[in-house]
Amino acid sequence: MNAAPRITRLGEDALLCHFTAPDDTAPPLPVQQALWQLCQRLEAERAALQLREIVPGMGNLLLRWTRPPGSPCPFTSLQARVLALWRACEAVAPTQRVVTIPVRYGGEAGPDLEDVAHHCGLSPTKVIALHSQADYAVYCLGFQPGFAYLGGLDPRLHTPRRDTPRLAIPAGSVAIGGSQTGVYPLSTPGGWQVIGHTALPLFDPTTEAGALLQPGDTVRFVPAQEAT
Amino acid sequence: MSQTDAMASIDVLRAGTLCSVQDLGRHGRRHLGISQCGAMDMLALQQANLLLGNPPGAAGLELSLGPVQLRFTQAARIALTGVDFGARLQTPEGGDVPVLSGHALALPAGAVLSLARPAIPGARGYLTVAGGIDVPLALGSRSTDLKAGFGGHAGRALQAGDKLPVGTTVSTLVTGKRGVRGFAPTHVLRALPGPDYERFTQSAHTGFWLQPWRINTQSNRMGLRLNGAPLALRSAVNLLSAGVLPGDVQVPPDGLPIVLGVDCQTTGGYPRIASVIQADLWQLAHLSPLTSVYFQPVTHAVAQQALERQTRYLARLTTRLLVEAGAEGRPDGR
Repeated sequence: MNAAPRITRLGEDALLCHFTAPDDTAPPLPVQQALWQLCQRLEAERAALQLREIVPGMGNLLLRWTRPPGSPCPFTSLQARVLALWRACEAVAPTQRVVTIPVRYGGEAGPDLEDVAHHCGLSPTKVIALHSQADYAVYCLGFQPGFAYLGGLDPRLHTPRRDTPRLAIPAGSVAIGGSQTGVYPLSTPGGWQVIGHTALPLFDPTTEAGALLQPGDTVRFVPAQEAT
Repeated sequence: MSQTDAMASIDVLRAGTLCSVQDLGRHGRRHLGISQCGAMDMLALQQANLLLGNPPGAAGLELSLGPVQLRFTQAARIALTGVDFGARLQTPEGGDVPVLSGHALALPAGAVLSLARPAIPGARGYLTVAGGIDVPLALGSRSTDLKAGFGGHAGRALQAGDKLPVGTTVSTLVTGKRGVRGFAPTHVLRALPGPDYERFTQSAHTGFWLQPWRINTQSNRMGLRLNGAPLALRSAVNLLSAGVLPGDVQVPPDGLPIVLGVDCQTTGGYPRIASVIQADLWQLAHLSPLTSVYFQPVTHAVAQQALERQTRYLARLTTRLLVEAGAEGRPDGR
């Protein structure tokens, strides 16, 4: 059975559940997996619970509700429902979706590949191999539409951010920042080390969901020669 | 003549700065990193829609800085709310008259509406047109996400030369002489203690509620940045990224609070000392840089009462405008 989360209110129409110690540096994967399952179960009850937003974070969850005028505050009942559902959640990724992202590594597409290789004491080829052979878990999304916080970067590839952030990292850039790796759906200023580029759109507002990746997905990077 | 030319539209002659198409925002997609956006002053946008018989959430224009000049290709009905922009109307016949905020106004085809500047620097105004600004829905909303560059018109603030489509309407509502009164910001933001309130020192608690906070010029739709005596934590924390909402008051390491606005990111990692209540969020659209704001602690019950009072106000306004329109007939003869 899962340990009960710490639940706090947020504003008048939301609550936050913390499933890890609040000061943890990263949530353990099993905790996050159980959290994805909780999100799925809440999604199934979204209408009944009158939930406007179900937003998993890193080892935490934000729920925002709708409260029809004159109705009682749903906080207490929602809290009870979350605790009941959480008890039955397991540390598995139930309906795992695997998303393969083709990446053109190095060169103009990945101007920092050499620096990362140098910092890690590896050859660029080895960096590409390590980066593309791991399975990454989409812990949650945030920062930009479609930007996924990925867990699973090989510790041998951990590289500090650049001393001078770039004014614009192009959309589709695959980058490493500290112990994290990710793909930028949109152009942004930033200090992460850009090692490659994908032509796959991670955010497309004309599609139904908008974002390619969802919390709980598994991501694989595949070296590719992309046409530009 | 192409079909586009036949449709009613608004030609943007001058776009000002940061004038954008907004509705009541994009909801239910924060787990994908998609921000809310929408009008900063949702009350004013709804007032302006109700004046025209539009659905309250129809898309309109949020005006930030003038001068904005718009030409209406077809006869139209419009309403202006929020801060006064010193609007004037030029008709093809050579007329040039001031336009009152808070009233519905019928314009002839070819009329040009000129909006000079906000009476209060940094405050926002709203313009609606009967039928709404008919840009395509993007992820469930017509709001412009200026940061991500999608939604609204071409995913950006308006530029001279833009052509905005106007939707069709069945309503011929012509509102009475009374119009609607705008709300003046009180500069007091009622707030609930945030999830990290206890992480702050006693003197930070006192300082937060008691000192006047000066509004930093760096404020925008993403957040209201405040200057004052910095707020200290009991001990340094490194929080994991978690969902945040508009109204949350984050305190970055410099100790200076930021009230998150409608365009804020979906996740954040700074401690949150408070959340501004929903009923007071409209004020963020009207607080001028270099003026001051106070936070006032309230209970959940007070927050809910304030929100329900607004809901009732909008419901009463809807009824009142319909009744007045019925009583005065249709002076435009349509």
